[in-house]
Amino acid sequence: MASTKSKLIKKSTRSDLITYAMVLVAFAVVEILKSTGNITSLLRGLLVPLCMYSILAVSLNLVVGYLGELSLGHAGFMCVGAYASSIFSVVTQNTLTSAWIRFPLAILVGGLCAAIFGVLIGIPVLRLKGDYLAIVTLAFGEIIKNILGTIYVGYDSHGIHASFTSQSSLNLEADGTVLINGPLGITGTPNDSTFVIGIVLLLITLFVILNFIHSRAGRAVMSLRDNRIAAESVGISVTKYKLIAFSLSAFFAGIAGVLYSHNLNVLAATSKNFGYNMSIMILVFVVLGGIGNIRGSIIAACVLTALPEVLRGLRDYRMLIYAIVLIVMMIMTSSPKAIAFWETHSIKKLFKKKNGKTEKEAQ
Amino acid sequence: MTFITNLINGVSLGSIYAVIALGYTMVYGIAKMLNFAHGDVIMVGAYIVFALTSYAGVNPYLALVISMAACTLLGMAIERFAYKPLRGASPLAVLITAIGVSYFLQNMALLIFGSQAKSFTSIVNLPALTLAGGKITISAETIVTIIVSLIIMVSLTLFVNKTKPGRAMLAVSEDKGAAQLMGVNVNATISLTFAIGSGLAAVAGVLLCSAYPTLSSQTGAMPGIKAFVAAVLGGIGSIPGAVIGGVLIGVIEILSRSYISSQMADAIVFAVLIIVLLVKPTGILGKKYIEKV
Repeated sequence: MASTKSKLIKKSTRSDLITYAMVLVAFAVVEILKSTGNITSLLRGLLVPLCMYSILAVSLNLVVGYLGELSLGHAGFMCVGAYASSIFSVVTQNTLTSAWIRFPLAILVGGLCAAIFGVLIGIPVLRLKGDYLAIVTLAFGEIIKNILGTIYVGYDSHGIHASFTSQSSLNLEADGTVLINGPLGITGTPNDSTFVIGIVLLLITLFVILNFIHSRAGRAVMSLRDNRIAAESVGISVTKYKLIAFSLSAFFAGIAGVLYSHNLNVLAATSKNFGYNMSIMILVFVVLGGIGNIRGSIIAACVLTALPEVLRGLRDYRMLIYAIVLIVMMIMTSSPKAIAFWETHSIKKLFKKKNGKTEKEAQ
Repeated sequence: MTFITNLINGVSLGSIYAVIALGYTMVYGIAKMLNFAHGDVIMVGAYIVFALTSYAGVNPYLALVISMAACTLLGMAIERFAYKPLRGASPLAVLITAIGVSYFLQNMALLIFGSQAKSFTSIVNLPALTLAGGKITISAETIVTIIVSLIIMVSLTLFVNKTKPGRAMLAVSEDKGAAQLMGVNVNATISLTFAIGSGLAAVAGVLLCSAYPTLSSQTGAMPGIKAFVAAVLGGIGSIPGAVIGGVLIGVIEILSRSYISSQMADAIVFAVLIIVLLVKPTGILGKKYIEKV
């Protein structure tokens, strides 16, 4: 019975459905806890960041796990999404008063701007590979953060003014408004991010990325990861598919940025929120959850974000734990010795051997 | 005249980058990996000197020697426990581990010494040099940095080209398998490379903190990345390339800091990296590799 049922649904589809169900169950549990009042204000404040980190981890996993390249500039795309959507929301706040229309548009603006940056950066960067690609994405991320953290932008009846030195050098008219106030960033972004929207965005991210992975394009991306030369020789365009995966990942990083910026009153690009430490933190989620395992990314993002907040004693050691996670996980999963060990000692194989024996014995 | 002062400061900062870049370029040439933690060994080296001189009252020069020895051991330990198990694994795994080690060192330093930046006392106690009738003042740190860096570069070049262990390093970087067949102990050579690179990092850390006297757990991160940019600019795997790249990056950074914008200096250095990798990925003196199927 069970075997016929599982054959009706493809294995990958079943795995995807489990992922969606997991998110929905988590959502239901949190909502029940909320309505019965069993949730602390600390945890309540963490709900939107949890969704944001999950989206970031899932989108980075597309690049690290399926494209097989290490991008250390993910926080930069998030920064672009956050700034673009914040500017959009601040400008349209008075014309589009309903958050139900404004926020979805802001999400689109943030995501699309990040995706455009993904394409622009991807075209040169994806010609490189390995360590060079990692360090160049890091460089781009830092450049984006540095520029957005220093630039002053304002607008008045004459148009848009920008300056790198000070607010007064913008020379705005009396009716002008300052949009980005240099290191002080953008103030007055409406707080539109809610847990429900976060969960909906996470589900959309999962739906798009999981379907992308199982699509023709996704298989092409994976073939490039496994053997670029072989994939090229059967006519797969390296640039095209790498660029698709990279900009898709950037798009969702931008959306996470929208959630981030609309959860705060003041948005400023510092090395704390959009620096490369952030990119590495997202990488830790991906590595702990399993490179190429989308469901694992979400679980790891939630556990590693929530645990240090809940267990106060761990807070000081959070970063140290992240570092140890990276080293230990890599040695446990990727070193040639460990791979050989898991091959001979895996639980699945143990059971298979047993089954094989029993079959033989039955004969 | 300020331009000349800036230029000299740039060369001085660049020589520090060059010493750090030597560590990157040697490790990259031999182990074919980007040792992300190299920048943080600099920070560890500076912290050891700081702790010995201000808490234990040790003579600064003795402290420097102890710090070099400690960093040498640290470099070998990192190689032995974090990178050696991953030899032969995918480059992605090695890179992530290197990032992990870098993070580990930073956060250990943060836990031990606290988040407040320490002010580092310069170990150079010489008067500044005044030239051209007081128009140009060059601090003693600047001169010492340039001289020490020059000595390191010359002795390292001689070591690599003239001694047996040095030539073993060249052989391993050329072809690991063939070197092993010729009787070169590959593991010992890789270990030696990490040891030399990390020992030099301690010197670079002290020079850096003598010139820019704030010391925090983040001190090594940015100079480390910039030194990697320098190594790439000069051509990775090449010792003279690292020197040329380091000096160029230092001059570019100081000039853009004083003539364009201090906040944008980092962005400009990174832009240089991007342009180099897109226009000439092998760098100024690098060798071109042909991909074989």
